[in-house]
Amino acid sequence: MTPPHTERIRIRFEKFGRIRFTSHRDVARVWERSLRRSRLPVSYSEGFSPRPRLRFGLALATSHESCGEYLDVDLEPGAVSSGLVDIDVLIPLVNPTLPPGMSIQAIAHVEPGAPSLQESVDSCSWLVDVPQLNVGEAHDLVERALAAEELPVTRARKGKSVTDDIRPNVRTLRVADPDELPPAAEWQPAGALLRAELGTQPRACRTAELLAAVDPTLEEGRVIRLHQWTMVDGVRREPIPLPASPPVGAGIARPSTAHANERAS
Amino acid sequence: MAKPARYIGLEDGAAASARAPHKVGWLLCYPDTYEIGLPNQGLQILREIVNERDDAYAERGYAVWSDLEAIMRRERIPFFSVETHTSAADFDAIAFNLSAELTYTNVLNCVDLAGVPVRSDERDETHPLVIIGGHCTYNPEPLADFVDVVVLGDGEEVIGDITDVLREWRAEGKAPGSKANVLRALAQVEGVYVPSLYDVSYDGPFLAEVTPRFADVPERVEKRTVADLGEWPYPKQQLVPLTEVVHDRLNVEVFRGCTRGCRFCQAGMITRPVRERPADQVRTMIDEGLQRTGYDEVTLTSLSTADFSGIEQTVDDVMNLDTGSAQPITLGLPSLRVDAFTVGLANKIQNARRTGLTFAPEAGTWRMRQVINKLIREEDLYGAVGSAYSQGWRRMKLYFLTGLPSETDEDTLGIAELAKNCVELGREHHKNPSVTVSVGGFVPKPFTPFQWFGQNTEDELRRKINLLKDTTRKMNGVQLKWHDPRASVIEGLLSRGDRRLGPVLELVWRRGGVFQEWGEHFDERLWLDAMAECGLDPDWYIHRHRTEDEVLPWDHLSAGLHKDFLWMDWQDALAEVGLPDCRWTPCYDCGACTGYSIEHIVASATPPAGGSQGTGQPLDAGHSVPVSLTPRMPQGARP
Repeated sequence: MTPPHTERIRIRFEKFGRIRFTSHRDVARVWERSLRRSRLPVSYSEGFSPRPRLRFGLALATSHESCGEYLDVDLEPGAVSSGLVDIDVLIPLVNPTLPPGMSIQAIAHVEPGAPSLQESVDSCSWLVDVPQLNVGEAHDLVERALAAEELPVTRARKGKSVTDDIRPNVRTLRVADPDELPPAAEWQPAGALLRAELGTQPRACRTAELLAAVDPTLEEGRVIRLHQWTMVDGVRREPIPLPASPPVGAGIARPSTAHANERAS
Repeated sequence: MAKPARYIGLEDGAAASARAPHKVGWLLCYPDTYEIGLPNQGLQILREIVNERDDAYAERGYAVWSDLEAIMRRERIPFFSVETHTSAADFDAIAFNLSAELTYTNVLNCVDLAGVPVRSDERDETHPLVIIGGHCTYNPEPLADFVDVVVLGDGEEVIGDITDVLREWRAEGKAPGSKANVLRALAQVEGVYVPSLYDVSYDGPFLAEVTPRFADVPERVEKRTVADLGEWPYPKQQLVPLTEVVHDRLNVEVFRGCTRGCRFCQAGMITRPVRERPADQVRTMIDEGLQRTGYDEVTLTSLSTADFSGIEQTVDDVMNLDTGSAQPITLGLPSLRVDAFTVGLANKIQNARRTGLTFAPEAGTWRMRQVINKLIREEDLYGAVGSAYSQGWRRMKLYFLTGLPSETDEDTLGIAELAKNCVELGREHHKNPSVTVSVGGFVPKPFTPFQWFGQNTEDELRRKINLLKDTTRKMNGVQLKWHDPRASVIEGLLSRGDRRLGPVLELVWRRGGVFQEWGEHFDERLWLDAMAECGLDPDWYIHRHRTEDEVLPWDHLSAGLHKDFLWMDWQDALAEVGLPDCRWTPCYDCGACTGYSIEHIVASATPPAGGSQGTGQPLDAGHSVPVSLTPRMPQGARP
């Protein structure tokens, strides 16, 4: 239960580099400590073992990088409205408390009663490096996947094996150009690069599942979550859109690198 | 691969590596997984001390789990540092902290995975030196074939002395044949033992002599002791891991050493004298540490934290810290004494997470507790437990040892009896009080009065545990947990073993016996088979009582304790005679202070409230007994 007067902010952050090997739980703990170090008046749950009220969006698989991860933070009543916390100056305050590779890109105020991140995100866009495929083979794979009536995947759930058809959740799929890699990605594809938009409801479709459904011998290499999409009143948008991207490579602030240098000094 | 975050470094506090070609490189390793090793305060202290020097740098390594090891062996990736993923072989020294005997085979595995020969006589100038430190090094003999250098005692100063020698060696280009000279030079450093510079002779199965091979090599190596903890406020930048580890919180060491004199406790014997950290330094370290790390939990570490002179004030201060959060800080007080004062202290920790309290009576009867010199009367325990229940705690954890010298079944069953009575006390306050009894098999350790005692056999330990299982089964609210007696027996083998165990360690390691302290990996059969193949008798090593005149494998090393003091204390133990705490009663000359001309450093000449531990001594008159105390200067007078 959230007490009625807490105020919620939503943070969008990126995760690149070695830190990609941390798990969703690890990242949650990193945030708890960072927000304490920033002395933000985070609201805590009641009860026997009070926890800070943080809510995370869809878990990012360990080893995947991301341009857009989200968390909602409940602050104590009045924290923002009284001017105690100014979300416009929060980014430079909190970023130095984050580990290299993680940095905030945007913060927004969220209205009380807004749907949770878990509920509202409807699909995600991905870049997937497939080291085993060259570009020609990748085109074949895309064609086969899109032509398939069904893409069954079998997974173990509570000790039973369950088969799902993920085809309805494959919204778009195409071969991507290495230029499409975001600037924060400090790597080049080892094989062909795929770009996919995968639905998240009722259950998020994973990039590895997509590959396995088309060809069980394929394994994914590096993977980047580019966007998370919500559908609000029929409009597809990000939970916090970033200002229009400047042209690729043209002086984009790369907080992860800047941040790392800062820490090293 | 499981938990890859173990291998990426990036912890907060781990600044960019200061590696440079002219510098002495230390790879500081913990021979267990990252989750166990990262919190080790000793390695963190040494890491900072080395990195503060202009002529050296330190990085860290941890044993890699079997899944990654398989990949590394297949792809020929060497054992590496987590900071820069540099090969371990590129460092001047690979140093291990040894706090548990069952990690010894992991040391061999890490060295081998580095592509470095495991035996010291097969390594030369082109290889890093393999160095060990930590509590297990008070008997390093089972590892003598594999390590170049052993460090005894506190590492803060000695690591600098060793670095000086290694810097010279580097500067001279590590010429062929120069390793022998470096080892000779290191043997001159106080606290450093170089096993290869000693000859060992035997008389039948018995050790006859361990003698230095050169006149300039000390006959007996003394441990290093830092005189004043206040001069070493480390770690200043405790590492904050990105992934979950044990003891994942801020740790501040409030004192080192312990003179409670528990006879089974090696830590209490080898770390004497008591050296307290100034109370205001403790407060500063807590305050700055919490702010820097973002932790909401701090533990005050020591061997008996309620004995810290400044404890009440420190607890009050922590509870009143302004952290910018509505949540109070969780304060951990490990190794608490069993008395009402302790509960009063715990009660100050006004925190919603009032989960459980842990006490360690260690033995079930007053007779047994006199033997082990853990002088807690039953009324002390019941007073503490009753007061804890009345103040809201519902769960108690009680630690005990079984297999202690002279233990009878009555003593063993006393454990169950104490637990039952504690639950009954709890019923006066709560509907479902619970007491968890945790029983470990006693392993005799070097430099304790029990070093002469023949350890209980696996069967005997199992019989005693079964006795407790049968008895506690009918007791509502009592849960019994126990340590695997097979592991206790192998621990005992290594704890008091000699150099002849080297081939045994190597065989066990070559047959895959790593991570032996992990239940799923431990394999007693590997050890017993290796012993048999080497023609060695486990009974002789583990279960045999030693005599006063026997040469012990660690007699050429010294933790500062007189051997005749230890023997006397052993005789007192068998006579069921307790020995008071020398902080507040006259010195009985164990050797730790007198031998090194150092003294206990405590902030107050008055013993802490409740400090009698049932000895009946009038400790409130502590300041008037002729005991050597060094009351600290007022803080303003210190630099």
